[in-house]
Amino acid sequence: MRVLGLLRADASSEAGEPPSPELLERCGRFMEEVTRAGVLLASDGLQPSSQGARVRLTGGKVTVLDGPFTESKELIASYALLEVKSMAEAVEWTTRFLRALGGGECELRPLYEGPPGQEP
Amino acid sequence: MASAHDVPAAIEAIYRIESPRIVAGLTRIVGDVGVAEDLAQDALLAALEQWPASGIPENPGAWLMAAARHRAVDRVRHERMRARKHEEIGRARAADGADPTDAMDAALDDPIGDDLLRLVFLTCHPVLSLEARIALTLRLLGGLTTEEIARGFLTGEPTVAQRIVRAKRTLAEQRVPFEVPRGAALGERLAGVLAVLYLIFNEGYTATAGAEWTRPPLCLEALRLGRVLAGLLPGEPEVHGLVALMEFQASRLRARRGPSGAILRLAEQDRTLWDQTLVRRGVAALQRARDLGGPPGKHLLEAEIAACHALARSVETTEWARIVQLYDRLLEVAPSPVVALNRVVAVSMASGPEQALVLLDTLAGVPQLRGYHLLPAVRGDFLFRLGRRAEARAEFERAAALTRNDRERELLLARSQACTEPGSS
Repeated sequence: MRVLGLLRADASSEAGEPPSPELLERCGRFMEEVTRAGVLLASDGLQPSSQGARVRLTGGKVTVLDGPFTESKELIASYALLEVKSMAEAVEWTTRFLRALGGGECELRPLYEGPPGQEP
Repeated sequence: MASAHDVPAAIEAIYRIESPRIVAGLTRIVGDVGVAEDLAQDALLAALEQWPASGIPENPGAWLMAAARHRAVDRVRHERMRARKHEEIGRARAADGADPTDAMDAALDDPIGDDLLRLVFLTCHPVLSLEARIALTLRLLGGLTTEEIARGFLTGEPTVAQRIVRAKRTLAEQRVPFEVPRGAALGERLAGVLAVLYLIFNEGYTATAGAEWTRPPLCLEALRLGRVLAGLLPGEPEVHGLVALMEFQASRLRARRGPSGAILRLAEQDRTLWDQTLVRRGVAALQRARDLGGPPGKHLLEAEIAACHALARSVETTEWARIVQLYDRLLEVAPSPVVALNRVVAVSMASGPEQALVLLDTLAGVPQLRGYHLLPAVRGDFLFRLGRRAEARAEFERAAALTRNDRERELLLARSQACTEPGSS
């Protein structure tokens, strides 16, 4: 199964602070582990919401709202797409990731995968 | 997710992640992959007993490794004591007196995965039958249960269990060394490992028998093992070539089955369902293989062909002439009647069915293709496209009688039926 992991933003990621060398090293080691296990399909870090925009279509009218956005609980700092055998495996990899980060919160969401109309 | 009743599921997931490395490390110490797996499973049992009460440790992999190591140390000491009792003089050689713990620490500390690689070459060793290699690889490297392997290959669980037991015994009896082959032997043995992975993949991609046309879990596991191997042998272009091939083919898994499980052929597939994440990964793996240079091997050429399909918008805009050329080179590197047959199909798309039919008939007498259902199926397709419906129908029926896969038989019978219907091809 495929699971998308979303790391919640925090004040530091929203400020665009570069990670410390120690943090980079710990995360690098984790990334190598999960890549070599063959389960990480894709991942990227996101720039702060100040660089982003929200586009909305309501009643035929488009509004574009430029960042930054304040409700940081709803903001995302990075994502990872995993191919795993179970949710428990996704939880385990996420736990390892958060331990490498030293803290934080991820949301895990399984993807719809079968052809349309034959879910899951 | 952290509630107590989820702990067994978490332990199972952790064991699946960690067990190949633990088994590999222990095999180096105890010299027997069967004993190593037993010891690793003892460690798993200890985790199942202790973790629900104590909580999952911060580094569960290290915990399992340490628990397994204690058991291995006990075992090695025990065996030595027994050996000494048997030695009447009671004189132990000096080297035997060293503390096994030190050696084990060294052996279990395997950051670049040398032991894991040794384990790959062990489970794919040529002293084992092909079925045994597949079962042992899926069990020890894929962490699949006997039941999962049995389901994948439509065999009974006892058969698979026995196959694994016998394989371990054969490895022990023949004293197969736990090592990565060197020099000229490496290329040959690596080709054998890649063949095992691709067999697993293909059984999932086009099941030889049964009610289902595809069994995606097998494909995904073969692909994952390919990626692991690419991490262990980053300098081998054929490993990246096979990974690229599997990424491209797996990208079509979703699109190959219709709503009721029926087969959809390449021309009928909704290409928007092709998985672009896997296509991108395929392109990247193919580039890595090309960048390593050297004359392109079998899997790299197969990946190049798969890339032509993966990157084409439609059957009509596919670069069929290039595909024919790639098949020509593939036939030089790895001649096989099935490759020759695939080449003829590409010729039919590049130059039309008439020319292809002539080429196809030169393959008719090849012994390896006797009884191969795709030979009449392809012939039927060419004849159908040439408007020779009655002959096409007979070929499709012949092919339907030969296949052992229910879904494929349905498709072939439907195509045979279509030959009697009025209308253009």
